[in-house]
Amino acid sequence: MSKVASPKTPSKLEKILAAGHLAVTSECGPPRGSDGSVIEKKAQLIKDHVDAINITDNQTSVTRLSSLASCIRLKLMGLEPVLQMVVRDRNRIALQSDILGAASFDIHNMLCLSGDHQVFGDNASGQNVFDIDSMQLIQTVRQMRDEGKFLGGDEIKRPPQLFVGAAANPFADPFEIRVARLAKKIAAGAEFIQTQCIYNLEKFELWIKQAGDRGLLDKVYILAGLTPMKTAGMAKYMKNRVPGMDVPDDVIKRMSGVPKEKQAEEGIKICVESIQRLKEVEGVKGFHIMAIEWEEKVPEIVEQSGLYPRPEV
Amino acid sequence: MIVADKKPIEEIIEELKDFSRILIAGCNECVTVCEAGGKKEVGILASALRMYFMNQGKEVKIDEVTLERQCDHEYLEEIRNNMDHYDAVLSIACGVGVQFMAEKYFDKPVLPGVNTCFLGVTEERGVWTERCQACGKCILASTGGICPVSRCAKRLFNGPCGGSAKGKCEINSELDCAWQLIVDRLKELDRLEDYEKLMPIKDWSTDRAGGPRKVVREDVKL
Repeated sequence: MSKVASPKTPSKLEKILAAGHLAVTSECGPPRGSDGSVIEKKAQLIKDHVDAINITDNQTSVTRLSSLASCIRLKLMGLEPVLQMVVRDRNRIALQSDILGAASFDIHNMLCLSGDHQVFGDNASGQNVFDIDSMQLIQTVRQMRDEGKFLGGDEIKRPPQLFVGAAANPFADPFEIRVARLAKKIAAGAEFIQTQCIYNLEKFELWIKQAGDRGLLDKVYILAGLTPMKTAGMAKYMKNRVPGMDVPDDVIKRMSGVPKEKQAEEGIKICVESIQRLKEVEGVKGFHIMAIEWEEKVPEIVEQSGLYPRPEV
Repeated sequence: MIVADKKPIEEIIEELKDFSRILIAGCNECVTVCEAGGKKEVGILASALRMYFMNQGKEVKIDEVTLERQCDHEYLEEIRNNMDHYDAVLSIACGVGVQFMAEKYFDKPVLPGVNTCFLGVTEERGVWTERCQACGKCILASTGGICPVSRCAKRLFNGPCGGSAKGKCEINSELDCAWQLIVDRLKELDRLEDYEKLMPIKDWSTDRAGGPRKVVREDVKL
C-alpha cells in the first residue's frame, strides 16, 4: 500500500489509514439493559481521542443490547462506529439484513468475527448458528459492497459501503498457520485487521515480520490490539483463563511487583510503552485500545503514547 | 455407528408407570456395539425394572426381545404376532428404531429407553466420540480427512478460531481442536498449502436445514 492510497468507502477510519496516519480505535461494550445512554456516555469519554469506536457483539456470549442499535446511537452522535458482527447468532439472511440495516444509517466500518462459543455466556444451553464462518462473512460483505449483490445473486439497491475488517490472533495455536490465516483473511477481502491484545511483543513482532516476508503488509492495515491491565490478578486471569491469550511471565511479575494501589498505573504504563515500541514496527498502521470497562483511561493512554491530537480528514 | 446412551432408570420408570404388560425391545446393531441397547442391556434393564415393580408391590409383566435391526420392516415384523400381549413397548434402539417401531405399531405406545447421541466411533472401551453429523455433502477430501462440521464446536470451514490453544478447543481443554488436527494431518500429507484455499460458503440444504431428508435410488428399488 502506498503511503497515500485512495479510499474505497466513505469510512473516516479508512481515510485516516489511507492518508498514512497511525489510526486509533477503541471499543465499548453495550450494557445489559435497554438504557442506551450508557453507550453514549462511554463514547463521550473517548470520542476526541479515537478515530472510530468498535461496538462489541454480545461478547463472551453474554446477552447485551445489540451492537447494531448501539452503533446507530454513535452514528446519531456524529461519531464513527465499527460494527462488530459475529456469525454465532445469525444465519446468512439475518447477517445480510443487518448489514443493510447498518448501511441504511451510513455506518461505514464492520469487523467480521466468529464469536466466542455460547458455553461461556448466560445461555450455555442455547443453539448456535455458524451458518457461515468469519472468513465467509468477509466475503459476503465484500460481495454486497463491490458487486452490489446478495449471496443469493439478486441485485442490492443502494449497496452497503463498508470498510471491512477482521480480527487476527497472532498468539493462538497452531502458530505455523497464523500468517497463512492472515493471508486467507486478506484473500477473503479483509481490508483492516484488529489484533488480539498484545502482551508478548516479541511474538507479535515475529508474526508481523513473517507477514511482511509474505508481502501481506502492503495489502492490509494492521491495528495492534492493546488492553491495559488493571491489576496483577487480571494479568494472571488473562494468562490462565482466557483462551488464545499470551501474557508473558515478566508482565505478570512487573504487575505483581508494585503495590496494589499502584497496579492500575503500572498497567497503563505497560500499555503506553507497548504502543511506543510498536509504533516503530513495520506494518503497524494503528492501535486498537480495548480498555475493558475502563474507557475513561483511553484518553491518557492516547495522549501519553503521542497519538493525540487525532488527525482531521 | 449411531451412538446412544442409557436413559436414567428413573426416567424410564416414569415413562412406564401406567403400564402392566411391557415388551423391552433391543437392537442388535449400533446400540449393541455402544453397549446401550443390545441383548445384554435388555436383560439388565428388564431385571432392574422387575425388581423395582416387585418392591412397589405392583404386578408388571416384562418380556424381552432383541431384534436384528429396528430400522427395517422385516425384523420389526417378527414381533407382530405377539404385540397383543403388551400395552407398551420400551425400545432401547436409537431414535430411528423407536420411531419405525411406532410407525409400524400405530396403536401401541412405543417409548424410548436410550438417548440417541451422535454418529461416532469406539475410541476405546467405554468411550465413544463423534465423527459425523450427516450434513449430506462430504467435504473430507479438502480437510485432511477430519470433519470440521462435527468436530469443531463452531463448525468453522476456515478455522481455527482464536480460541485454539495447545491443540485443544476453547470450550473444553480435553477436546481436540479440529483445526489443529486438520493442520497436523495436512502437514503429514505434505498438503499444508490446501489450508490456504478458502472454503466456499456451505450449502446446508442437504443438512437438517433442508427439512427431513430422503435418499431415493431407482437402481435398487424393487
